[in-house]
Amino acid sequence: MHAAGLTVVRGPRTVLRGLGFTVPRGQITGLLGPSGCGKSTLMRAIVGTQAKVSGTLDVLGRPAGHPTLRTRVGYVTQSPSVYDDLTVRQNLDYFAAILDPGRAAAGRRRDDVTRAIADVDLTSHTDALAGNLSGGQRGRVSLAVALLGTPELLVLDEPTVGLDPVLRRDLWNLFHHLAATRGATLLVSSHVMDEAERCHRLLLMREGEILADDTPDALRTRTGADTVEAAFLHLVDEAVAAGRTKESAR
Amino acid sequence: MSTTATTGAQAHHHAQPRTHTRALSAARTTATAARVLRQLRHDPRTIALMLLVPCLMLVLLRYVFDSSPRTFDNIGASLLGIFPLITMFLVTSIATLRERTSGTLERLLAMPLGKGDLIAGYALAFGSVAIIQSALATGLALWFLGLDVTGSAWLLLLVALLDALLGTALGLFVSAFAASEFQAVQFMPAVIFPQLLLCGLFTARSNMHPVLEAISDVLPMSYAVDGMNQVLRHTDMTTTFVRDVLIVAGCALLVLGLGAATLRRRTV
Repeated sequence: MHAAGLTVVRGPRTVLRGLGFTVPRGQITGLLGPSGCGKSTLMRAIVGTQAKVSGTLDVLGRPAGHPTLRTRVGYVTQSPSVYDDLTVRQNLDYFAAILDPGRAAAGRRRDDVTRAIADVDLTSHTDALAGNLSGGQRGRVSLAVALLGTPELLVLDEPTVGLDPVLRRDLWNLFHHLAATRGATLLVSSHVMDEAERCHRLLLMREGEILADDTPDALRTRTGADTVEAAFLHLVDEAVAAGRTKESAR
Repeated sequence: MSTTATTGAQAHHHAQPRTHTRALSAARTTATAARVLRQLRHDPRTIALMLLVPCLMLVLLRYVFDSSPRTFDNIGASLLGIFPLITMFLVTSIATLRERTSGTLERLLAMPLGKGDLIAGYALAFGSVAIIQSALATGLALWFLGLDVTGSAWLLLLVALLDALLGTALGLFVSAFAASEFQAVQFMPAVIFPQLLLCGLFTARSNMHPVLEAISDVLPMSYAVDGMNQVLRHTDMTTTFVRDVLIVAGCALLVLGLGAATLRRRTV
């Protein structure tokens, strides 16, 4: 994935200001920053649901939102987008039928659905109504939908928010498993900095701009900080200071 | 490949073959219809309300006009056309509003689902519910309540089905302008009640103020009710009946098209 001069305008606000970055294939890239910094907008631009996008944004060798990408990219929104009045399996059956339609594919779809439910550890809840599940479980149903059809790119908007530590660890193990064994590229957003340590690469965002695009180790070394959180704060202070000098120079 | 224009990635789409998303895919449409019906099946109370309320209203009406069966014939036949329109309008507007607000619409449109597939799927699902609803109401009215119809009961069913499709289309369309369920149900009085008053149910349209009559000439429900009344009075399919049916079907298709235009893959 490659972006240059990526700008998104929402109403009177410019939410993303000329972003440039590259996300390598087969790795987990963390997208971190405080809430409201434009993480979700960037993700929507990548999956092609965001309007008023300008600049360059290539995804898997195609411009973002290209019709051929719709089966190759899995996307999980921040709030779970599943049908509350369907069971877990019925939800997945439907989305699988959209991705891989036709009677001939029925067997393949069934295996795919069973695997996706197992991936998110909901096999025991297969026939439960999504609306009766807990928030974290509904989030995992939403994630399972994105895992259907073995997408090459997974765009996950805060998938671990509100989950207990055990589940968070399990999900991160799943993400690493997907990257290592299926060669998937993952872009995972979070505003919890301790999750950054689990990523191969990091994009740190603040107020619609990219502060840093590096590995967690390189970030800590460069800023002389112990944790990614400290590195982020250091970079924010730097950016604020640079902004002040620019203003006073005027 | 890169996108440089301010219109975003769309600019390059035309050059690429659209291999994954065709305008209408039978498999995706039926999958969508099956999903909508499955959702409904988890909600038996809604099914019961959709199927039984029209029947109860007809029974009520029959005994309200106990001493004047002619009036019951007129109003009863009109209502057989109006019930499916109102029920499908309400159900569709809420169902698609939920789809918009729950994020499932955004998810579906990020998948290889054509807008036509989604709309046709909804129309198919609610259309089949409408067939059952109309069959029950028409059967009850004809065989148990003594509704006296000159024409064929099948023609009554045909008009009822088209009315249901029109209701589905209108519901889908207005759901784009509702931000909440509260607003969506308020569109019912706004969109349906004026048509109800002007469609000729309460008084013949020719007796209305000329301005109102002119307005009623362009409202689809007027033709739905007129179609029912044609079947009520004539043994054969009259040209007026054919005109009515074509107008209602045409309006349903037109509004479905407008509804499709309100589904955007890219939103702000």
